[in-house]
Amino acid sequence: MSEKLEKGLEVLRSEVDSKVKSFFSSCVNCGICAESCLFYTETRDPRYTPIYKTEPLRKLWRNEYSLWGRISSALGLSKPMTEADLTDWEELVYDGCSMCGRCSMVCPVGVDISGMIFKVKHALSKAGISPEGLVGATQRAVDIGSPMGITLKTVQAMIKHVEQDTGLPVPVDVEGADYMALLSSNEIALYPEYLESLVKIFDHAGVSWTLSSDAFEATNSGLQIGNKTIAGQLVQRVVDGAEKLKVKNVISPECGHAYTALRWEGPNFIGKAYPFRVVHILELLDELQAAGKLKITGKESERLTFHDPCSIVRRGGVNAQPRNLLQPIAENFVEMADHGNMNWCCGGGGGVSSNERAEELKLTAFNKKKSQIEATGAEAVVTACSNCRMVMEEGVETNEMEVELLGLTEMIAAHLEQRPAS
Amino acid sequence: MIEYLIDGPLWYFSLAVFAIGVVWHLVSIIFASRKQDLSVARSSSTSGALRTVFSRFVPHKEMTSKIGLQLVAGYLFHLGLFALLFFAAPHVIFLEENLLGFGWTPMPHWAFIVSAQAAFLGLIMLWVRRMVNPVSRLISTWDDHTAAILTFVVMLTGCFALLEGSTGLRLLHRFTVELWLIYFPFSALMHTFTFIPSRAFTGAWFGRRGIDA
Repeated sequence: MSEKLEKGLEVLRSEVDSKVKSFFSSCVNCGICAESCLFYTETRDPRYTPIYKTEPLRKLWRNEYSLWGRISSALGLSKPMTEADLTDWEELVYDGCSMCGRCSMVCPVGVDISGMIFKVKHALSKAGISPEGLVGATQRAVDIGSPMGITLKTVQAMIKHVEQDTGLPVPVDVEGADYMALLSSNEIALYPEYLESLVKIFDHAGVSWTLSSDAFEATNSGLQIGNKTIAGQLVQRVVDGAEKLKVKNVISPECGHAYTALRWEGPNFIGKAYPFRVVHILELLDELQAAGKLKITGKESERLTFHDPCSIVRRGGVNAQPRNLLQPIAENFVEMADHGNMNWCCGGGGGVSSNERAEELKLTAFNKKKSQIEATGAEAVVTACSNCRMVMEEGVETNEMEVELLGLTEMIAAHLEQRPAS
Repeated sequence: MIEYLIDGPLWYFSLAVFAIGVVWHLVSIIFASRKQDLSVARSSSTSGALRTVFSRFVPHKEMTSKIGLQLVAGYLFHLGLFALLFFAAPHVIFLEENLLGFGWTPMPHWAFIVSAQAAFLGLIMLWVRRMVNPVSRLISTWDDHTAAILTFVVMLTGCFALLEGSTGLRLLHRFTVELWLIYFPFSALMHTFTFIPSRAFTGAWFGRRGIDA
């Protein structure tokens, strides 16, 4: 048995728990999940059926945990798992799944298919069977601190620009601040307006906050590649940074998987609860708005729609907040046909956008979002995830669509009442 | 001799395999390891679990048009089978005399015919789809086919037994039921029970995140 196979099987075995047993005992292979997956609906390739992507875990369960499997194995009648059972699924789980979790919402017997695909990814990554692009990004995250290789110096340069543009200070390493903000790699490299917006909003609302020079990066490549050990290491950096500064809250940025990694999976990755609260930026903005601390002025007159980032809405539970925030500033807001918990993914979540090999498939999957956007007749799409925004900008560009992409935090900042000069 | 075997030892054996197998299977699921979730819950996992156990009986409206055939066929089959199993007159009498000691009003003959037609139609539609649809064909296993064939045979022999009233056909039906009972705990048929913990686990996961799943 090869080392890769041995490691992969060992990890898969460790993932067979109560839930996995109930899920595989319940699945009757109805195939309904296929219609919930944009990689299937946009390609009509049956291999992209979500439950099929869990086959390595299912085969192991069948062989080693089911009665017939155990009898067959004992009699030498069942085919033992081979390395091909893992390598043949690499493309399916890394390129053909954005971990959007829509399949887990529709299964009639309640199988959390997406959760089991993550378990397969975990086994593959531990066995060293992952796409080159993601391996490289993960390695940079471990070695340098960021999947894009962004260092503190880059962030410091950005801070300088933001301070010049806003005339406001960007607090760094302020001990005892109420909130510690994090940034995703995309927000540092592509959308510096996010930090600029935070500075304006927090100044406006009187929020005590800080950045940390030790823990500024929210992107968690460990989660994207499916490696819980690395994901835990990256979460621990944030926890250490927050504990060092003794902050009460950590703000997850406009990044879907960062929110999942930090808010929901982080404590499980590191094996302990946090001594601080994790709040998504939209949750915080909604709280500030509800407390009357955001004085909003003016409305957007163009036709707007909202793209629900899967990890924030369907997998994160932040559903009402973006709508609450858009309500006072969007005069002509229209929902997509399938929105909220049943939204369609942009096609680039779950590490797909960091996986160069999946580029063509990602753009094919984007056709679902394209048709959704076109059906609304919207002139601009607002979202709250820098990865979704980047993927949709690429899709819009490729398909020559006449639509603008906007970040929600940025929109709020643009509609703040100006304070009278003191 | 065959009559004695089918009505006696094999019946009790199949019942025992069914009962012990189902309990063993459920216990092996419920008492298997499960890691505690250390994140701070936004909402109740218990209410999420309960909600999902019931809410998944109805598909999301976004999915209804795409899964029309499975939805209609699935309900026809399951409701028809449930009605036949618990309300067909011979079953009510059998359960009263052999297992429970009490009975209830069986369904009239016309309702039996409707239920049987619904169950057969639903099962055949699902089975044909399993064989012709590319997705179903790819993911279906021999267990799925065996479970469908066994159930079909049980239903078919049941109709024969009722219509002909002969001992041979009654024994044939009972024998197929016994095979079905023995196969049940170790097969896809277990979804009859395991769908409850399965839905509950997923509902609890979504529930603690404040998501209505």
